[in-house]
Amino acid sequence: MSGNAAYTEMWEKLDLDIAAHDGLLSVLGKFYGDIYMSQQGRLKGMEYLDFVLSEVHGLRIKELQDAKAEGRKIIGTFCVFVPEELTLAANAVHVGLCAGADAGTEQAEKLVPRNTCALIKSFIGFKMARLCPYTESCDMVVGETTCDGKKKAYEAFAEHVNMHVMELPQTKTASARQLFRDEVVRYMTELEKLTGVTITPEKLAEGIKVVNNKRRALQRLSALRSADPAPISGRDALLINQVSFYDDPVRFTGSVNALCDEMEGRIAKGEGIAPKGTARLMLSGCPMAVPNWKLPYVMESSGAVIVGEESCIGTRNTRDLVDESATTMDAMIDALVDRYMRIDCACFTPNVERLDNVASMAKELKADGVVHYSLMFCQPYAHEALKVDAALREQGIPMLSIETDYSMEDVEQLKTRIEAFVEMVK
Amino acid sequence: MAGIDIGSRSIELVVRESVAADGATYACGAWQTTLQRRLPTTFDPVQQCRSILADCMPDRIVATGYGRGLVAEVVHASGRTVPVESITEIRAHALGAHHLFPEVRTVLDIGGQDTKAIQLAPGGKVMRFEMNDRCAAGTGKFLEYTATVFQMDVAAFGAFALLGSNAPVINSMCTVFAETEATSLMAQGERPESIALGLHQSIVRRTVNMLRRVGLEYPVVFAGGVAHNPCIRQLLLRELDAPQELLLIPDDPDMCGALGAALWAQQKEMEARHAA
Repeated sequence: MSGNAAYTEMWEKLDLDIAAHDGLLSVLGKFYGDIYMSQQGRLKGMEYLDFVLSEVHGLRIKELQDAKAEGRKIIGTFCVFVPEELTLAANAVHVGLCAGADAGTEQAEKLVPRNTCALIKSFIGFKMARLCPYTESCDMVVGETTCDGKKKAYEAFAEHVNMHVMELPQTKTASARQLFRDEVVRYMTELEKLTGVTITPEKLAEGIKVVNNKRRALQRLSALRSADPAPISGRDALLINQVSFYDDPVRFTGSVNALCDEMEGRIAKGEGIAPKGTARLMLSGCPMAVPNWKLPYVMESSGAVIVGEESCIGTRNTRDLVDESATTMDAMIDALVDRYMRIDCACFTPNVERLDNVASMAKELKADGVVHYSLMFCQPYAHEALKVDAALREQGIPMLSIETDYSMEDVEQLKTRIEAFVEMVK
Repeated sequence: MAGIDIGSRSIELVVRESVAADGATYACGAWQTTLQRRLPTTFDPVQQCRSILADCMPDRIVATGYGRGLVAEVVHASGRTVPVESITEIRAHALGAHHLFPEVRTVLDIGGQDTKAIQLAPGGKVMRFEMNDRCAAGTGKFLEYTATVFQMDVAAFGAFALLGSNAPVINSMCTVFAETEATSLMAQGERPESIALGLHQSIVRRTVNMLRRVGLEYPVVFAGGVAHNPCIRQLLLRELDAPQELLLIPDDPDMCGALGAALWAQQKEMEARHAA
């Protein structure tokens, strides 16, 4: 992630703040070195991920510019509720936007209140400080009304980017489903308008296949992590899930499957990233966007290995597939809506299925305990931390509730709590 | 066997020795505490750690407290090769409290910058714990800071607060805001003793909430430097509505963490000798 001179011209064209962006890349590079490259016994297949991340603001952005030159459109998103299948069917590129580091905080606080979660402040800050080449490459940014913080932030964001907001229902009733269906169709229409592409059943079927295959590869990765010793570190697995939002989906799927082959070989030999018997912890809660690796790093530096992420950047994004049997447009949209309405986001009320999902995932992965992560000021997940705690306790699974943000000031306190939790579950 | 607890305000050392001269029996009862020592942490915990261990040559050291990572460095830099391990304050306090009071079910430790509530199973195993978040609200630091508003040493603050009556409610949990609130109350002519009592009450309310969150069961062991404060002790009993015999306070409440660390060292030593 070094400030590559070859890309400076491209970044200038995107109107990034070059000096600040160089600074960001060098901090990220150092951070990545400390957290990732210091790991012993990593899978060979992670070299691909290291490469993608080293080029995340370089080669991948170049690819986006090339796609734009061919007339394709770039769609930026923040949430797993935006159907990538439709984006691909419109021959557009679907990318996640920068939201995982403190950047441009002061400028962001002019647009959103101070007590807004770090993720929201981050995407606003990245835009205002001109630091995210993804945001700057976007032809349209798609928001969604998941929480109050986000929906109000999009009002401010819309003054700076071409914004489309999908209304997300808060319940899973029949009328809520109909609302979401209408919103899916509205997104499709908006895409067709932007790209000039008519989304046909054939194109949508292809989009569904591509995204399903990506999710299948990530499901395979997730299932392999039930092995003891753990075949992959939680940090690496999180990175793979993070990169799934940036990379070309077909290329990414191939790499993840190759990595899974390697993991199977390792499991067959009884090898792992940490010795058998290492405390196995599962993460649950808010998404961790690149480069938010703070908590996983603290956990894996405290004598534990992370075996799963019950999160939007994790199983919440990959657990369910879209039914591929539909042939008509209407039936395909229904299949999409069915799949997306199964997402157990904390913005829904009630959201009891998440409690079952967390517990069964912890059991499948043979987790000794669950660390629940809420971003500070994220009310939906903070509420559910209490519910998840009670549900897990009933099943005899210990849980530690952590509320934090992107700053490093609480790392020592986190270490103490996590080490104590590891001592407790071992 | 030494246990060393490097807290934000003070460093404690507890040394335990096996009294069985022939080396034959290492039953728990054969060990006893032979040395207890305490130093302020100051701004140079490395130097203080060196000082506290200067003339002490334990065969095994277990460190705890926020500075637990320093100890191995200090010991090995001095050329000693004894094993140094670290455990968290949670485990250390649980071990220490359970050793002093085997019937304990909940441990409360209020230290310089942390408050911890720990629920123990009947055998002493940690079941749940809670700690204050990143800020030091409701800890010893809060008392130390607010005592200065009364131009008083923190050691005398509890007794002073006990002279108060009809304490005003201090709402702010933030140390800085609480000071502002106290200053406003002074300006309104409120008796200083009563304001001091209100400040103590605000800590106790917060603490009792934390105890309830871990599933409060009796008896409770109250450790850490703040356990010396008579006002906190009294208010805690009143707020919990518990009889005095269910709130147990060690003779040396500051030593509980270091004692737990020494007990862990002792246990590790016995395991090592058993294996050998």
